[in-house]
Amino acid sequence: MDNIIEFKEWFIKNFNAFEESLNGENTPLLHRVRKEAFKNFNELSFPTVKDEEWRFTNISPLLKYNFTLPSEDFKISDELVNKFLLNEIESNILIFVNGKFSEKNSKLLNLPEGTIVGSISDAMKNNPEIIDKYFGKYASYSNQIFTALSTAFTKDGAFVYVPDSKIVEDPIHIIFITTASEKKIIIQPRNLFIASKNSQVTIIEHFVSENDNIYFTNAVTEIVAEENAIIDHYKLQEESKNAFHIARVEIDQKRSSNFTSHSISTGGVITRNDINAHFNGEGGECTLNGLFLLEDKQLFDAHTLIDHATPLCNSHEHYKGILDDSSRGVFNGKVLVRQDAQKTNAFQKNNNILLSNNALVNTKPQLEIFADDVKCSHGATIGQIDEEAKFYLKSRGIGEKAANAILIHAFASDVIKSMKIDSVRNYLEDILSKRFNQ
Amino acid sequence: MLEVKNLHVSINGNKILKGINLTINAGEIHAIMGPNGSGKSTLAQALAGREEYVVTDGEVFYNGENLLELSPEDRARKGLFLAFQYPVEIPGVSNVNLLKTALNEIRKFHDEEELDAIDFLNLIKDKMKLVDLDESFLKRSVNEGFSGGEKKRNEIFQMAVLNPKLAILDETDSGLDIDALKVVANGVNKLKSKDNATIIVTHYQRLLDYIIPDFVHVLYDGKIVKSGGKELAFELEEKGYEWLKNGEEKVVTG
Repeated sequence: MDNIIEFKEWFIKNFNAFEESLNGENTPLLHRVRKEAFKNFNELSFPTVKDEEWRFTNISPLLKYNFTLPSEDFKISDELVNKFLLNEIESNILIFVNGKFSEKNSKLLNLPEGTIVGSISDAMKNNPEIIDKYFGKYASYSNQIFTALSTAFTKDGAFVYVPDSKIVEDPIHIIFITTASEKKIIIQPRNLFIASKNSQVTIIEHFVSENDNIYFTNAVTEIVAEENAIIDHYKLQEESKNAFHIARVEIDQKRSSNFTSHSISTGGVITRNDINAHFNGEGGECTLNGLFLLEDKQLFDAHTLIDHATPLCNSHEHYKGILDDSSRGVFNGKVLVRQDAQKTNAFQKNNNILLSNNALVNTKPQLEIFADDVKCSHGATIGQIDEEAKFYLKSRGIGEKAANAILIHAFASDVIKSMKIDSVRNYLEDILSKRFNQ
Repeated sequence: MLEVKNLHVSINGNKILKGINLTINAGEIHAIMGPNGSGKSTLAQALAGREEYVVTDGEVFYNGENLLELSPEDRARKGLFLAFQYPVEIPGVSNVNLLKTALNEIRKFHDEEELDAIDFLNLIKDKMKLVDLDESFLKRSVNEGFSGGEKKRNEIFQMAVLNPKLAILDETDSGLDIDALKVVANGVNKLKSKDNATIIVTHYQRLLDYIIPDFVHVLYDGKIVKSGGKELAFELEEKGYEWLKNGEEKVVTG
């Protein structure tokens, strides 16, 4: 208990100093939002396993540490950045070091006119009208303490704004790098992505670490797909194996918009991902796919919601987990089909493979349907490597290790194949090969 | 090449093979026939090294080496090949990936260089002709959604690529129409040489119209009850397996 008080105490003591440190990143509206969020943070308590939504994810190890906001300026070399690039010819790269935008390491070479890509801190200064219109409107901070914390202390993060009818052809690769630090730091990327009418953009959020430090990433991303916009969103979570990662992505989908998410998770000691997509217009399409690779004592928790509030929308969700050692996985996928959402198609699947007797998965697919003319399905499986298939491969001369690697790749293949960007697919294939083909 | 001595095999405590003796030399084709449940497939799978098939007694020597001590993959690397009665479907693994990995693992085992992409492709294309498969097949997942005939042809195709010393065809003919049967038989005949041997496990005599065996063995209740030349297969076709059951009783009572 004392720890939790201390954890909170630091932020409570430092809020005023934080607000004073802001330099132009403060419209009257933002000031009000921050104040309100701070009040909520103060009043809310941290979730425990007694909360239904956190039943299998005990965050008390996170609350043992006193994390502080990074104060110094960190510089990193391009060599370090290069380690995390998907290929050599990427044209749009945004680098954040310990949560702070690093213009020096970033580059933006191929963007259509009027597109704004950069730090949210700059956007608060230069584009307050856009910020005021969208910021904090989707990720509610009234009842989620981590979102309240993020909102109260919002300082930096990625900002993407694509104007009407513009197509951003090259993906925007945003890398959040955490480097060595004396103190145990909390980084709070606060991202806002807006695709205006008829526009199209691909955004990759990529979380990495220079070493195996203990730190805490508390990320909140708000995404708006306006009418007929197309957003292809990737999240590659490769944090330090000792890091805590709590992230929330909130998506607002207008009429005929198309949102695709691929969430890949390999890092972190405790990871919690919330992805919530809301249909707020007819004819929308939403795909939420995910792959998590766990080992040692890692814990990964995916909570997703697809909110069919309007008719004639389609959603597809497929999460796959590969768990080794004593790792634990949680999948809680809720599909809500509201009364007005007739002609909904919603399909959800979660498949898990356990490579060790000590690995564990709790899976809870949920369909809540209040409309009567819908097509919905869901299903979950937990299994092991198929011994029949393994014997078949061995009988062709393929050894134990290679046979396992082939079958694990095969298990992951449908999620990998559903990713549209070659470079992301290859990057992921490499991760799998390094993990299993030694 | 292969010497099976008094082989006893159990599955889940049930005795299936009860003392098999069999000697196979290079250049020979042996047919093992017998009614359902006589232990034919058990013999095939046990030779390939399936773990659930427990050898309780007996010995198997393969080129002078104790086969039973080798892992399934090492048996394959040393030239033993099993064409499965029920080839396994592996979604997400392409045929070409399976073959490339297998071929290179076998080459690595023999301290040979991996095949480069062009040599590999040439080899594959050459062998595909044998079994009448087209190239689109290479990218498909192993056996997934294949017809029965395609699965069996795929087994023979894999055999052709891996070029084994001892091939065991486990009921490769079951469920095949006559055209597919001819394709399979043609593949086997073309691969025959004085250095390799083939064991054909079958329930029916039909395949033996196209692949002429040097020896025919009849398996009944876990034992080889009769061995002979190819004419034994015709005799079986004519008289059925009942004839043997009776024959065996005669031996016992007489």
